[in-house]
Amino acid sequence: MSRGHAALIERLARVVGSSHCLSSPAELFAYECDALTLDAVRPVAVVLPEDAEQVSRLVGVCGELGHPFVPRGAGTGLSGGAHPVEGAVVIGCSRMRRILEVDAENRLAVVQPGVVNADLSAAVAHLGLCYAPDPSSQQACTIGGNIAENSGGPHTLKYGTTTNHVLGLELVLPDGERVRLGSKSGFAAGYDLVGAVVGSEGTLGIVTEATVRLVPLPEGVETLLAVFPDLQSACRLVGRVIGAGMIPASLEIIDQRTIAAVEASAYAAGLPLDAGAVLLIELDGAACGLADQVASIREFAASEGVRELRVARDEDERALFWRARKGSFGAMGRLAPDIYVHDAVVPRSKLPDVLERICQIADRYQLQLSNVFHAGDGNLHPIISFDRRSDEELGRVVAAGREILELCVAAGGVLTGEHGVGVEKRDYMGLIFSAADLAAMTHLRDAFNPTGICNPGKLLPVTRSCVESGSKARARVSPG
Amino acid sequence: MAAPRPLERNVYTQTLDCIHCGLCLSACPTYVVTGRESASPRGRVYLMRGVAEGEIELDPVVASELQLCLGCRACESACPSGVAYGAMLERARESVVDAGLRRGPARWLERWALRHIVPHRRRLHALASLLAVLQRLRLDRLVFRLPLESLRRAGSLLPAVPGRLDRRPLPAFSAAEGERRGRVALFEGCIASELFAAINHATLRVLTRNGFDVVVPRGQTCCGALQAHSGDLSFARKLARENLVAFSARDTAAVDALVVNSAGCGAALRELEQWLPGEGAAVAAKVRDVCEFLDEVGLRPPPHRVAARVCYDDPCHLIHAQGIAAAPRRLLACIEGLELVSHAEPDSCCGAAGTYNLTQPDMSRRILDAKITALEAAAPDIVATGNPGCLLQLQAGFDERELPIRVLHPVELLEAAYR
Repeated sequence: MSRGHAALIERLARVVGSSHCLSSPAELFAYECDALTLDAVRPVAVVLPEDAEQVSRLVGVCGELGHPFVPRGAGTGLSGGAHPVEGAVVIGCSRMRRILEVDAENRLAVVQPGVVNADLSAAVAHLGLCYAPDPSSQQACTIGGNIAENSGGPHTLKYGTTTNHVLGLELVLPDGERVRLGSKSGFAAGYDLVGAVVGSEGTLGIVTEATVRLVPLPEGVETLLAVFPDLQSACRLVGRVIGAGMIPASLEIIDQRTIAAVEASAYAAGLPLDAGAVLLIELDGAACGLADQVASIREFAASEGVRELRVARDEDERALFWRARKGSFGAMGRLAPDIYVHDAVVPRSKLPDVLERICQIADRYQLQLSNVFHAGDGNLHPIISFDRRSDEELGRVVAAGREILELCVAAGGVLTGEHGVGVEKRDYMGLIFSAADLAAMTHLRDAFNPTGICNPGKLLPVTRSCVESGSKARARVSPG
Repeated sequence: MAAPRPLERNVYTQTLDCIHCGLCLSACPTYVVTGRESASPRGRVYLMRGVAEGEIELDPVVASELQLCLGCRACESACPSGVAYGAMLERARESVVDAGLRRGPARWLERWALRHIVPHRRRLHALASLLAVLQRLRLDRLVFRLPLESLRRAGSLLPAVPGRLDRRPLPAFSAAEGERRGRVALFEGCIASELFAAINHATLRVLTRNGFDVVVPRGQTCCGALQAHSGDLSFARKLARENLVAFSARDTAAVDALVVNSAGCGAALRELEQWLPGEGAAVAAKVRDVCEFLDEVGLRPPPHRVAARVCYDDPCHLIHAQGIAAAPRRLLACIEGLELVSHAEPDSCCGAAGTYNLTQPDMSRRILDAKITALEAAAPDIVATGNPGCLLQLQAGFDERELPIRVLHPVELLEAAYR
């Protein structure tokens, strides 16, 4: 530890207490990346504040001593939004996990950023309410992280992403100032700065409190599992359902390789191993209309050659189907030590074609690829399984990833649906935005974050004059 | 060629199963309390991998994060990738001990007791008898004013030692009552067979009432779980081998099941194969938790009422290590008059975790406090749980807050309904 760091750590520890200021090599090592393991950088310190006041003081210390800082929730992000940069202090929100207020009448909750997504829904379930955005990592990921990434989830199709559910924020600006954005009613005069902050990936400041919308639990829910011989016919059913004017809560496709991994895991749901793909369909709303919708889907599915259509008998079976879907990224650990999950969105009509070509790219690079995705809104999640210990393999993963993104953009798509840009896709932003577009975004960031101290190297392409991110691809050598 | 790094040979390959998704974080009691990722399952696996790859040293911080783990294995229930966390933890802790990172009188005493007292039934019996005398003379309080924190905590956890008659050895054979449905072997356990002697007797009676002959094989010993969790894997293997011999004897090998009434022991015996590769599979395959077994064969309806509000709290090594959650609840629901009430997070650890409440008293207490608060809110008369450590820990928690709640093993409630 250099002398400079010792002084920094002492100042940080004075704010949060020494037991919440981590600086040993082992502790820092645990924070060198998030759920994106393509690259890694060790921070110089990790601090775990308990309230906005502490966050503000920590940010002040970082500014004074010239250390960049990186906000972090549960580190479940898939684009490296919480990756440290050289010399960075990680400000972890894991101890800011209090639900401050639940207002059932006005259907809102005020929470600290470290509240776990699923915990919020569980805490308000007895009131007949829930927090709608439900990322697959919802059992661990935090509301603060969701706001940073504008996270989605399977139910995005009907309920929208995080940005549709945030009414107000308290933000600690990169200079330590605390500001309030938005309002409890969701209406506010002037600029929609809540909208600017949601999805800003921690580059505008650190959210220290969020007022979020709660929605009523639907009166009726039907969850269907359609088993298909191939991926293409599952995609066609998605088109038929949307084309018929239905708005299902979710339409999720799981392909054959994913089924195999999930069925070998603690999240097994009895999905048929020989199916080409399964489509998980959830309908919710007023109980009276659901039976008709189920009947229509049954009819469409039959004409698309469905092999089997299961309707969840009860809440337990429904939960089982969803556990399988939500555990599917993690289950890929059974195939290789690392996964790289893409997040591009393409027009629904292009799904079958794009999927086929993505598979061809993976084959060409000799990579294992699986697909589990939000088919309803065309949000693809091609998952490449790999082993980061091989530089050569890492090179193929990155090259294939680039081709996949270029393909999706060429098909009229965008880079990310819900995982954010992070470090992973920042250099691809030029694929969809012009220099002027990017400059406008840079101006916005610089207005909040003029010194670039706050989560540098994320979201926007890194130019040479910017703070050096220090992030580099791994070149790990296996022992032995 | 350079000497292998710590953890390289025994853990490294398994660390690669973790893809760093983080779904385990919120399931981990020590992460929830500390907010520290190095004290989370993903973090600990990452530390193990880092040590094996030479990225970090096996230093006191790594050792202390590994020691702070309860070994509750709630992370395994949350892990989609199938990381064998419990097995990795045991091996990593063995390396921590080998590296000389656990020293001092408390560690010495722990290891000595786990090697020389716990697996010896006669020594345990003598010690329990001595303790009973001290308790009667109220001298036990003085003994536990010793300078070691872990001993003081042990003193506060100990229940009144049952009478000598209760602590009598179990008969080698007990015949089925009514129509005979089969034959099972019973695993006695170590400390529990003295401090919770009633549970073994209740298990035996419930099994015979359900039509099973019960044999109690001689030569069986402690399951080795406590030793393995404390990093003494070689001694755990020695105990496992003794049990393997005891349960492979001709008359024992022919039983329908090897019934265990302690979740921790059951988990260890089920995973015998990990300690004794290629040898333990046959015995391990016969292991059944007593509730699981009765649920599987179909419980004979108990004739008597037990009027009580009961919360069932899942022992970690039953729900997370053996995947058993529904069976005990179904059995309790068979008892007439018994009202099964739910409480918050029945599947979270109580902080007992083997000897954890002695070695990590502060963290153990914080985790226990949350558990007692959740249970108190449900206002039960009785809390049922199937593991001796949890029984001790929860009862101490209730007693400390002067709550009139008794903690019993589910088979004790079943036995009451048959009596």
